[in-house]
Amino acid sequence: MMILRLRAYIALIVLVALFAVLSPSFLTTGNLIILTKQVAINAILGIGMTFVILGGGIDLSVGSIVGLCGMVAGWLIADGLVLPMFGIAIFFKVWIVMLLTALVGVGVGVVNGLLVTRFSVTPFIATLGTLYVARGAALLMSGGATFPDLAGHPSLKNTGFPTLGAGSALGLPYPIWVMVVLAAVSAFVARKTPFGRQVYAIGGNEKAAALAGVRVPRVKLLTYVISGFCAAVVGLIITSQLVAAHPATGGSFELNAIAVVVLGGTSLTGGRGTIGGTIIGAFVIGVLFNGMVLLGVSEFWQTVIKGAVIVVAVIVDQLQQRMQQAALAKTPT
Amino acid sequence: MPSSSLPATSAQPILRAEGVTKRYPGTLALDGVDFNVYPGAVNVLIGENGAGKSTLMKMLAGVERPTSGRLLLNGEAVHLESPRDALARGIAIIYQELNLFPNLSVAENVFMARELTSRAGTVRHDEQEEVVRSLMARLEQDIQPATLVEDLRIGQQQLVEIARALAQEVSVLIMDEPTSALSTAEAEILLRLVEDLTAQGVAVIYISHKLDECLRIGDHFTVLRDGKLVAEAPAGDVTLDWIVETMAGRSQSELFPRSNHAIGAPLLEVRDLSLPRAHGDGFLVDRVTFTLRAGEIVGIYGLMGAGRTELLECLFGMQPFASGTVRVAGYELRGESIAERIQSGLAFVTEDRQKLGLVQSMSVAENITLASLRSMRRGLVLSRPKERERVGAMIRSLAIKARRPDQPVTSLSGGNQQKVVIARSLLTEPKVLLMDEPTRGIDIGAKADVFRIMCDLAREGVAVLFVSSELKEVVAMADRALVMARGRITADLPRELITESALGAAAVAA
Repeated sequence: MMILRLRAYIALIVLVALFAVLSPSFLTTGNLIILTKQVAINAILGIGMTFVILGGGIDLSVGSIVGLCGMVAGWLIADGLVLPMFGIAIFFKVWIVMLLTALVGVGVGVVNGLLVTRFSVTPFIATLGTLYVARGAALLMSGGATFPDLAGHPSLKNTGFPTLGAGSALGLPYPIWVMVVLAAVSAFVARKTPFGRQVYAIGGNEKAAALAGVRVPRVKLLTYVISGFCAAVVGLIITSQLVAAHPATGGSFELNAIAVVVLGGTSLTGGRGTIGGTIIGAFVIGVLFNGMVLLGVSEFWQTVIKGAVIVVAVIVDQLQQRMQQAALAKTPT
Repeated sequence: MPSSSLPATSAQPILRAEGVTKRYPGTLALDGVDFNVYPGAVNVLIGENGAGKSTLMKMLAGVERPTSGRLLLNGEAVHLESPRDALARGIAIIYQELNLFPNLSVAENVFMARELTSRAGTVRHDEQEEVVRSLMARLEQDIQPATLVEDLRIGQQQLVEIARALAQEVSVLIMDEPTSALSTAEAEILLRLVEDLTAQGVAVIYISHKLDECLRIGDHFTVLRDGKLVAEAPAGDVTLDWIVETMAGRSQSELFPRSNHAIGAPLLEVRDLSLPRAHGDGFLVDRVTFTLRAGEIVGIYGLMGAGRTELLECLFGMQPFASGTVRVAGYELRGESIAERIQSGLAFVTEDRQKLGLVQSMSVAENITLASLRSMRRGLVLSRPKERERVGAMIRSLAIKARRPDQPVTSLSGGNQQKVVIARSLLTEPKVLLMDEPTRGIDIGAKADVFRIMCDLAREGVAVLFVSSELKEVVAMADRALVMARGRITADLPRELITESALGAAAVAA
């Protein structure tokens, strides 16, 4: 585990050093903050995804949840909660909007979890289904249109939404703080709580975990809930940054999330990996992109290189696992 | 016993390891071992887990290469580059763990990677199935070549594994615990087959923890201990006591401890427990009624398929269609989950350590605490000191040979892995401990430890229910024996009436 993490660090340090040499503007405070802000999106999604993958699942719906939740927030601020039967619309304070939005993300997570545990749908298919359903729901909310100008109105007491995306504390933008807090809490939960331990156990050997009394369905469902929540948070951040909600937001974000998890050394078959690794993975991708932009690498090449880096990282991982297993096999029986 | 005694066969060894040493970082797995394999003989290799048997076999099978020393095949030094290379020279190995493809047919498994093909490159299924049919006849099995392996019982699967080795020309056949998954009848067939093979001149290397089996068929015995050759003897000079003492440095009477302590109140009361077969014809467990008391060790004997494992699974809540009443310490269970049953005082040690017991990706400590994370908390958080303390206590009291609690559980030997699974159960502080074949595939030292643990628990007032296919174990360990046949209990024998013949008779009772 130690070496695994070190390897990710080394990759990150090499990349940082490389871009620092190649581009004078890379190591400036301004650029690093922009970079980290971009990293936060993938990192937060990756945190949720890490729990799901550690437990032996996969969550393809996170990108759609980002879009759906953004639309829910946009709708609640722009139009309010419309109750046609009473002919009224209720406008909430921003923190309540955020809470309701988060609940939507959690709700989709519950649906994912129930599909996987109660109805025994394989995670890939279950979340592929919710990927489409959530995206469709997002489009239906506005008929495909954007909710613009989500600054709110003082008369409706719902101003302040853009602060999440644009504000900062101690010189760091709020999205970075959100990432830091979520990462810290998640790492703690994964390592120090019975829930975290049980997620690892389920990913390692689900049947053995069940026989040891682990409430497998409950634990698995919770991993999807966490992932849904994280996606909702990202939806809020992006919508707040844009001060507008667009139903196509978050398309293919799930692939980025899976990429950073895998880059961080988490095994796609479950049971092995860390939150810390995922954060590093998100930074590797973020630094790579940022550096290539600064160097003027074409967008098309960026995509090619990203794909190559992911595959190379996994190859290195496999090599290392093979070495570990060889070392294990050498232990006399 | 002089180690220079003449071998049982006068022939020259077909395969010989000379001064073979295998060094791994931090461990000396084999230390200058000489090992002779005689043609047309059953060469029994004995040793506790960790003695170096598997390492030695991996070298003979081309999986590993010696650090120093050499291998001689028919008197010529050979370098075995790979298992394929070894096979090409006529050395085949049947591993203890099954290496089959459950989703493919028996014939496809037997011919995996060496399919019989036509000139066009297509598989000649008919021909393959024909060969398999004759192999199955040789194994006296009524297994159709087109059957999927997953539809076979585990014992039959083991026989398919053996058929796979027989499908090719071999002069040396290594069998690592070939009977551990077989019923008594199937084991008989296998032992006859071994005799058959040796009569044809094949050198069989036989590894088994079932010492009576080894004594029965062995022609030549080699004993390893701690990576060293400790003794080599022809069959005529070998006795059970000699084996036990040579391999472990302890005598047979120490294997089965007994303690005389009072039997207490009923802890497990089972009434009319039944489990219908999946397809509705008959019952896997048929109106089973019995009571288990505090401090009692009860053995369940029976043949494969008698419903013993299913009975334990019903008790532990793994069979949703079970009916009947089960009371644990007076409290009636009604559809409780496994977690709730553990809380009510039940614990279960599975027979399938790899599939259902261990979480292979986790450490020794994490495996041990998995069922009792609740009691490891301080507030909502797992307390490292609490974990360390309880795990340390378990490792000490069960004598688990682990260098560190955080080492991967897969790095332990089979016996120690089994102790880890037992430790997990004990940490939940059970009132009733259900053990399914608790000594399957573990060495004699670990067996003795498992029996000692069972006795200690009984003395502390735990009720122990264990399933075993080995008559000797039941005779030696059980205060009371239940015998199952076709889902029913056909005998309930008090200690003084438990004999091998009584158990055997009840196991085949109608």
